[in-house]
Amino acid sequence: MTANRLAESLLALSQQDELVDLPKDCLLSGSEDEGDNDGEREHQKLLEAISSLDGKNRRKLAERSEASLKVSEFNVSSEGSGEKLVLADLLEPVKTSSSLATVKKQLNRVKSKKTVELPLNKEEIERARTPLEQEIFNLLHKNKQPVADPLLTPVEKASLQAMSLEEAKMRRAELQRARALQSYYEAKARREKKIKSKKYHKVVKKGKAKKALKEFEQLQKVNPAAALEELEKIEKARMMERMSLKHQNSGKWAKSKAIMAKYDLEARQAMQEQLAKNKELTQKLQVASESEEEEGGTEEVEELLVPDVVNEVQMNADGPNPWMLRSCTSDTKEAATQEDPEQLPEPEAHEVSESEGEERPVAEEEILLREFEERRSLRKRSELSQDAEPARSQETKDSSSQEVLSELRVLAQKLKENDQSRKQKASSKGTIPQVQREEPAPEEEEPLLLQRPERVQTLEELEELGKECFQNKELPRPVLEGQQSERTPNNRPDAPKEKKKKEQMIDLQNLLTTQSPSVKSLAVPTIEELEDEEERNQRQMIKEAFAGDDVIRDFLKEKREAVEASKPKDVDLTLPGWGEWGGVGLKPSAKKRRRFLIKAPEGPPRKDKNLTNVIINEKRNIHTAAHQVRVLPYPFTHHWQFERTIQTPIGSTWNTQRAFQKLTTPKVVTKPGHIINPIKAEDVGYRSSSRSDLSVIQRNPKRITTRHKKQLKKSSVD
Amino acid sequence: METAPKPGRDVPPKKDKLQTKRKKPRRYWEEETVPTRDGASPGPPCNKKNRELRPQRRKNAHILKKSRISKKPQVPKKPREWKNPESQRSLSGAQDPFPGPAPVSVEVVQKFCRIDKSRKLPRSKAKTRSRLEVAEAEEEETSIKAARSELLLAEEPGFLEGEDGEDTAKICQADIVEAVDIASAAKHFDLNLRQFGPYRLNYSRTGRHLAFGGRRGHVAALDWVTKKLMCEINVMEAVRDIRFLHSEALLAVAQNRWLHIYDNQGIELHCIRRCDRVTRLEFLPFHFLLATASETGFLTYLDVSVGKIVAALNARAGRLDVMSQNPYNAVIHLGHSNGTVSLWSPAMKEPLAKILCHRGGVRAVAVDSTGTYMATSGLDHQLKIFDLRGTYQPLSTRTLPHGAGHLAFSQRGLLVAGMGDVVNIWAGQGKASPPSLEQPYLTHRLSGPVHGLQFCPFEDVLGVGHSGGITSMLVPGAGEPNFDGLESNPYRSRKQRQEWEVKALLEKVPAELICLDPRALAKVDVISLEQGKKERIERLGYDPEAKSPFQPKPKQKGRSSTASLVKRKRKVMDEEHRVDEYWDGLGLPQATPSCLCLCPCQPATSHCPCVLPLSGPQDKVRQSLQQQQQQQQQQQQHKEVKAKSTGARPSALDRFVH
Repeated sequence: MTANRLAESLLALSQQDELVDLPKDCLLSGSEDEGDNDGEREHQKLLEAISSLDGKNRRKLAERSEASLKVSEFNVSSEGSGEKLVLADLLEPVKTSSSLATVKKQLNRVKSKKTVELPLNKEEIERARTPLEQEIFNLLHKNKQPVADPLLTPVEKASLQAMSLEEAKMRRAELQRARALQSYYEAKARREKKIKSKKYHKVVKKGKAKKALKEFEQLQKVNPAAALEELEKIEKARMMERMSLKHQNSGKWAKSKAIMAKYDLEARQAMQEQLAKNKELTQKLQVASESEEEEGGTEEVEELLVPDVVNEVQMNADGPNPWMLRSCTSDTKEAATQEDPEQLPEPEAHEVSESEGEERPVAEEEILLREFEERRSLRKRSELSQDAEPARSQETKDSSSQEVLSELRVLAQKLKENDQSRKQKASSKGTIPQVQREEPAPEEEEPLLLQRPERVQTLEELEELGKECFQNKELPRPVLEGQQSERTPNNRPDAPKEKKKKEQMIDLQNLLTTQSPSVKSLAVPTIEELEDEEERNQRQMIKEAFAGDDVIRDFLKEKREAVEASKPKDVDLTLPGWGEWGGVGLKPSAKKRRRFLIKAPEGPPRKDKNLTNVIINEKRNIHTAAHQVRVLPYPFTHHWQFERTIQTPIGSTWNTQRAFQKLTTPKVVTKPGHIINPIKAEDVGYRSSSRSDLSVIQRNPKRITTRHKKQLKKSSVD
Repeated sequence: METAPKPGRDVPPKKDKLQTKRKKPRRYWEEETVPTRDGASPGPPCNKKNRELRPQRRKNAHILKKSRISKKPQVPKKPREWKNPESQRSLSGAQDPFPGPAPVSVEVVQKFCRIDKSRKLPRSKAKTRSRLEVAEAEEEETSIKAARSELLLAEEPGFLEGEDGEDTAKICQADIVEAVDIASAAKHFDLNLRQFGPYRLNYSRTGRHLAFGGRRGHVAALDWVTKKLMCEINVMEAVRDIRFLHSEALLAVAQNRWLHIYDNQGIELHCIRRCDRVTRLEFLPFHFLLATASETGFLTYLDVSVGKIVAALNARAGRLDVMSQNPYNAVIHLGHSNGTVSLWSPAMKEPLAKILCHRGGVRAVAVDSTGTYMATSGLDHQLKIFDLRGTYQPLSTRTLPHGAGHLAFSQRGLLVAGMGDVVNIWAGQGKASPPSLEQPYLTHRLSGPVHGLQFCPFEDVLGVGHSGGITSMLVPGAGEPNFDGLESNPYRSRKQRQEWEVKALLEKVPAELICLDPRALAKVDVISLEQGKKERIERLGYDPEAKSPFQPKPKQKGRSSTASLVKRKRKVMDEEHRVDEYWDGLGLPQATPSCLCLCPCQPATSHCPCVLPLSGPQDKVRQSLQQQQQQQQQQQQHKEVKAKSTGARPSALDRFVH
């Protein structure tokens, strides 16, 4: 009998691998760790079975000796024992107290005894007489769906039990949010897709292709291995595109041939040829998809296609998440190796980047996040297995696949760039804190996006759910911490050498709290001072004690007030009660106020706009303005021109004596006592008679007018 | 005089016309070319001229030699291609080894140039351009003259240089006194005045006189060089601050209650009761304003020439006891207990600017003589140097062990800080550079805590007032070595002082002109200008200066199609654009054709004969005759001008006259 049992257990053990139970498949423990230490475990099982032959502790659960991936109460793996884990087992207390045992037994008895037999149930099962019905029932039963009433499925029931109301609400809110986001995204995509302009699409496609090409080239330089895979992908996409689009009767040529085909034999033949080719090509694709290797790939493509782009974003979004990046341990590698080979490229890329990551976050966070990741991958796989059979032949690739692929590539590239840039930033520690601070934001969003609107299906998922809620609470904290840690260097007083950008506002705090080197004075002042100084000193001490507590804030406030005061004021021309009822407590309507408000034009920017520590008075100095020139003299058209001519001072204070004299010589100097004849018409005209007026001597030849010159010439000639 | 810097400019070909239109400046080295053009031989007349010029030439050479001796950096701007062996030969046969005017260093000339050429002007008319050119030429000329006169600044600033690796701060006063000559050594002294408390002190603008006031009422003024006491009184009241007015004859003392003014005999001239509880005094010499900061928080400007209070401004920041003036623009800087420094002008009720400098209160403020840097020290024990050229940002910061209670700048930009009973002096690289706070240039320990600091103008001396009296320290390189004898002459007699006083009063700058930019007067009041323009447009109903947009003429035969209209418009637009660009690019005056007609008249003639009606052969004959006549006239003119210019034109020789 014992031998029989042993044989049974062994059998169960060997069967375990083939067990294709859906929830079981989802279980990480079931599928993941099998490949590695299969033999070892089997050996242990055997030993156990043999040891249990004496019959004492048959039901003893296998002890776990190796470190498990998940050490948490939600994820107890049942790999050691041959039996399945039941929820009831877990809910039970570890030790049943002896006092309650009797009561319990009684209760159990009561429970097992059914007061009323339910013949209906049996009847229904019996009712399924036709093979179809039987099959359906079978299926329902297998999936643990309610057969009788539209009651809750066991899973749902369990979920109800497992979750508190608040948790459920939270969870629902999250899901709603995610769903909403997804729907927005979908709507957007639909809208974009709906655009009829062929040109637009062409341009978009072209742009995408170009971008992808560029990125690919970049990738080629940076990471040849990844580039090769990308290349393969591109090739595949090209093939798919070719198979899907060409050799159908949708092309221009094909259409023209279709018209001709009715009359032209050749055309008909050509068409047929084309169709045959098309068939051949598509057939080939199917054949390829059946083969093991291709399957995953196409699946993946489909998986990427079928859900929406949100999922895709999710997939790739773990790139910018610094936590995910750094959590590169052997475990993730294991997980990666167990996953489909097609899913590898990205994790690999991560690893490449990850291996460069220096610091490791705290272990807890790491574990949490890893679990997160695992769960996601699990879900994906479950989805795969669900979708696999129906989706296999269903979806042919459409043109959008190309787009999606290219987008994928774009995203991947971006991720890599992000990584690189982050690394650069890390190397140039804390020079640009803003950029770093921005990044945690998507990180915060991600966990929400990651959760797909999906029903919990298995118990483990349920448990995970609970954990998730717990994690969601947990997660923001490290982010906040990160922010703080990033902010602190910003607040930290910088060295005075640190150069500020011009555009950057000058930080007042920095300005005033710069750590300046202290002087090592040769002669340190002696402290002892006279009595009358002491009083002052005391005051000073008090001042020092209270120094700088509110100085900056006060100053900023003052500046704000000054800025406000200097702003041009709007003119409000509303007449309350005009055109409407007026009176106490009645205010003119907003519309009216808006209509009659004359907005003042914005003045020129303040001089102290970028100088935080300065308030410059923008008021016009009228007293000075009274002394300034306010009318442009004749030949000048712009005040700059005139300003240039008056910039040189003429006074003797600023000039040498000689220069001063020269600058101040009058245009015309008359000899004292000489008679100056009045001007005659001849003087003005060109034909002047003898004019020996020596009283006028030209001193400043530069200022001679042309007329004078002419006259001078004339007179000299004469 | 135009010799030196002119060649630097490339004269554009088109400018020739413009020049010929004016009277062509004649250079004496061009003598040869003109006679050859005339066809005359360059023989005897040239010699004659040379003979006339000879004595002057010699003088020239003499001075030039002198200029060679002075070790100023000289940049020969142009090879002396005008060297004419013939003309340089004098009667004795000796040759002038340095003919022509002395070369001037470009940098020195640049120093005196005031026109800001960085700003591009909008395209201007020919007339405007000529005015601009004249202004620029004048500036150049005057700056060259000023640069030449730098030769007269014979003195050089002193300095202290440690032997390799030696810290100058370790050199004590005794060492310096030992090293310098007796006259300078006499400038280091100590006045032991322990009885009347810590002293404030002030040097007169000439740097010859020193006034000091002790906390316990001791006021004295003396000629500190000769140590001749002018007056010594006890005002029987606490003295907060003391300051000379425009000359050493008047003395303002801020006493416990009111502001008093004494003359150099110690006679009280005024008691100004409107300025009460004054803590600090500052005198603005060009405006004749005495600025007082009071305990009541008022900044009062007193015009000492007419005895009126120009402005009394409420700083609204409590007790004022930190004040200094900006010597560049006469703006008063006040330090407040909330860490700000405010800049004041009597023309404005509010501060011109407010700068947040320290976390604690401001203890001392000083502004250097160029008005570029401001040093502040605060209760946070920091000493900062701010840039005052628009940015008001700290250039350098230093934490001092006890913080500086007093600050002062010297004329050459040395910064002194009084910390307790120690005085630290920092020096910069040159005159225009801020003092570097890394290493003190000099330190000195006094017998008591510092209460007042000032560098003596035109002397390498720092006066320190402390509780133990007055100390006069030697600080090599502190003062400006050359003084302007007409402006502030330390050696002036009484008569000269009186003369200067009258002149200074005549040149008094109105108080309302004080503003942050002292060159604001050289600017047009743009707001009023715009306002006036707008009003004019409103009055007239149209803009008289507006250029009407180009309207292509209507044409026949389909040439007035829209396309062609647009094309024509575009053409005009492009043309304007091109011209604009051209002038912008060159920055040269636009050529104006002096004569548009194609007649063979000389470009030099101002009016063209072809304006006359051409009707018959007689006219033609007449025309040709006229032309001949004109040509003759021109030639004669040329000659005359030459003759005149040799006498009247300023040449290299006019250097001797001034």
